[in-house]
Amino acid sequence: MMRSEDFELISGLLKQRSGLILPKDKVYLLESRLTPIAHKRGLETLDDLVNEVRLKRKEDLLVEITEAMTTNESFFFRDNKPFDLFKDFALPQLLESRAAKKKIRIWCAAASTGQEPYSLAIILKEMEAKLAGWNIEIIGTDLSQEVLDKAKVGLFSQFEVQRGLPIQMLIKYFNQVGELWQISEEIRDMVSYKKFNLLDPFTLLGSFDIIFCRNVLIYFDQPTKSDVLERMRKLMPDDGTLFLGAAETVLGITDKFKPVQGQRGLYSTTDASAEVIEKLRAS
Amino acid sequence: MKSCLVVDDSKIIRKVARRILEELNFDIQEAVDGQDALDNCKGSMPDVVLLDWNMPVMNGLDFLKALRKTEGGTEPVVVFCTTENDMSHISAAISAGADEYIMKPFDREIIESKFVQVGLL
Repeated sequence: MMRSEDFELISGLLKQRSGLILPKDKVYLLESRLTPIAHKRGLETLDDLVNEVRLKRKEDLLVEITEAMTTNESFFFRDNKPFDLFKDFALPQLLESRAAKKKIRIWCAAASTGQEPYSLAIILKEMEAKLAGWNIEIIGTDLSQEVLDKAKVGLFSQFEVQRGLPIQMLIKYFNQVGELWQISEEIRDMVSYKKFNLLDPFTLLGSFDIIFCRNVLIYFDQPTKSDVLERMRKLMPDDGTLFLGAAETVLGITDKFKPVQGQRGLYSTTDASAEVIEKLRAS
Repeated sequence: MKSCLVVDDSKIIRKVARRILEELNFDIQEAVDGQDALDNCKGSMPDVVLLDWNMPVMNGLDFLKALRKTEGGTEPVVVFCTTENDMSHISAAISAGADEYIMKPFDREIIESKFVQVGLL
């Protein structure tokens, strides 16, 4: 059993560095994810690791602990629906309103090992004919350099390519490399990755027409959720779209995003834009 | 309730697949090889076939080709489920009319996700 002062030390550290709120009943997560780090450093138990943190507070160890606790599994076309909404509503709306500039920027705010940005890139690739002359940027950010390194290489296990990815897409966009599957260079080149902490200022990121921020806010406390969403809104135009996870909502957190009626997890930056999307759906 | 024909020469795999698919609300039939499966389909076409590749008597690919030529045989959704995990086998299966492809080992989540892909769930 972990002592409560140890739990508080680590959970305080996680909150401060990543915004992650670790409830007491998730103490098993600390044990399962941090024990391997202890062993890797030649320490016998989690207690030894906590002592190391307490006594030395070495930056590399703190980074490693934060990354281990904030890394979450991801899969291609996760939940399907948001990707259909992207393809059928969010994108068509922008193709119309940006017809003159022909430029769209998309941010995956918790890109993890790349499945979400690559799923978007595959959708865009499939619509290539329609998008001739368009400049569409996909930027994937994550707190963890380790997951981003994996994302950039684009190598996935047999298990990973079977969750959510239609077999036709595997045939079309992946190459077999030994036991692994690598997403093709043309898809990899459509996404750029950058290590970024959502608690840091957004000033250098530029503006975004579409933001995917799925299954991230659930780990934050209420004020952090509001703060992150409100700062995101400032990067977006009046016809921007925000995607949250199926279990997430802006209700009671911020009024800066407007739910699109009948489309769970989809938000617009203005009521007018939400209505445009609703009409697209009706037509 | 949709019907699923589980075709595999391994009794254990059939049992595992049956358990997963029954939980997903499928009515399960079993066949031990391609010929057995084909006879089964000629009796009544299932909504979906979960199909192994390497089996005695008639393998999965030969079954699939024969099925697609049988009357009503273009209707069932066919999902391969095999240890053959290289691109040439996958491409051959899809060219022969398979709708999806699962590389063993599989778990409930993979079956579920693939069945969602092909619109069965």
